[in-house]
Amino acid sequence: MVIECKHVWDYISGYLDDSLPPETRELVQRHLEHCQICSAILDSTRNIMVLTADDQVFELPVGFSERLHARLSEEMNSVLPRPSEDPR
Amino acid sequence: MDAELSIRDEARMIASILAGDREQYHELIRPYERSVYKMALSFMKNESDAEDVAQEAFLKAFRKLADFRGQAKFSTWLISITLNEARGRLRRQSIVRMESLDESPEEGGHISPALLRDWREIPSEALERQEIRQMLQDAIANLSPLYREVLLLRDVEEFSIEETATALAITTGTVKVRLHRARMMMQKELAPKLKNAGPRRRWFQWS
Repeated sequence: MVIECKHVWDYISGYLDDSLPPETRELVQRHLEHCQICSAILDSTRNIMVLTADDQVFELPVGFSERLHARLSEEMNSVLPRPSEDPR
Repeated sequence: MDAELSIRDEARMIASILAGDREQYHELIRPYERSVYKMALSFMKNESDAEDVAQEAFLKAFRKLADFRGQAKFSTWLISITLNEARGRLRRQSIVRMESLDESPEEGGHISPALLRDWREIPSEALERQEIRQMLQDAIANLSPLYREVLLLRDVEEFSIEETATALAITTGTVKVRLHRARMMMQKELAPKLKNAGPRRRWFQWS
């Protein structure tokens, strides 16, 4: 069985997460072996996922940590961690 | 670091905080400052609101620490608190209401990716450039909230599908559908831009 490009596109995320049923994975795999466009879509999606996960994308503002810990010190002394009154 | 050791250590740290050693809380959260901040920034879209949300989330986690039962990882629990804090803040600013008007329904249309003939790997070093980081931040921020939440938890915070489903109180099937659409939207938006933004020298030679 052969599948068309636009059906392959529906499986890209599942393929990258390795969550497709084996027979679907096999079909997608076979299509990718000979389809340059779908391979480029897959590679670019994977590449974008890797970049998105990179810690450099979101930099902490200068002084973030100092301000956070100062605020925590200030407020932690006025509260005690305890179970909430009405657990939900 | 050995994962099990770090889980055990956190459990011990939490126990001693609850027993009164509050100072340990500073050490407990240190590894998660960045995760919490980026989660907040993706929602709030400006640094000062994001910092505020992050601080509130850490405070809330401290106050609720006794509710943490170790059923999830501490980091997962902390990120869920951040997500709720950011959602609450947005709701109060009523941004969500405006955004949800142009949200596409989940079952609606199929997202076609950007078509490319080939793809040359963009290395992580490209992120040293501010314009590239900004491109990624903008692409995430421009996703509608349903897709942004899933993408952030799964692809930015690197939660598993199951952890993402639990944090958002949706099924794993829904996570997969939204994640697929979110990733395709990111590819559609970013692939053409990144392709044109590669290092000048190399692209000049190859074009």
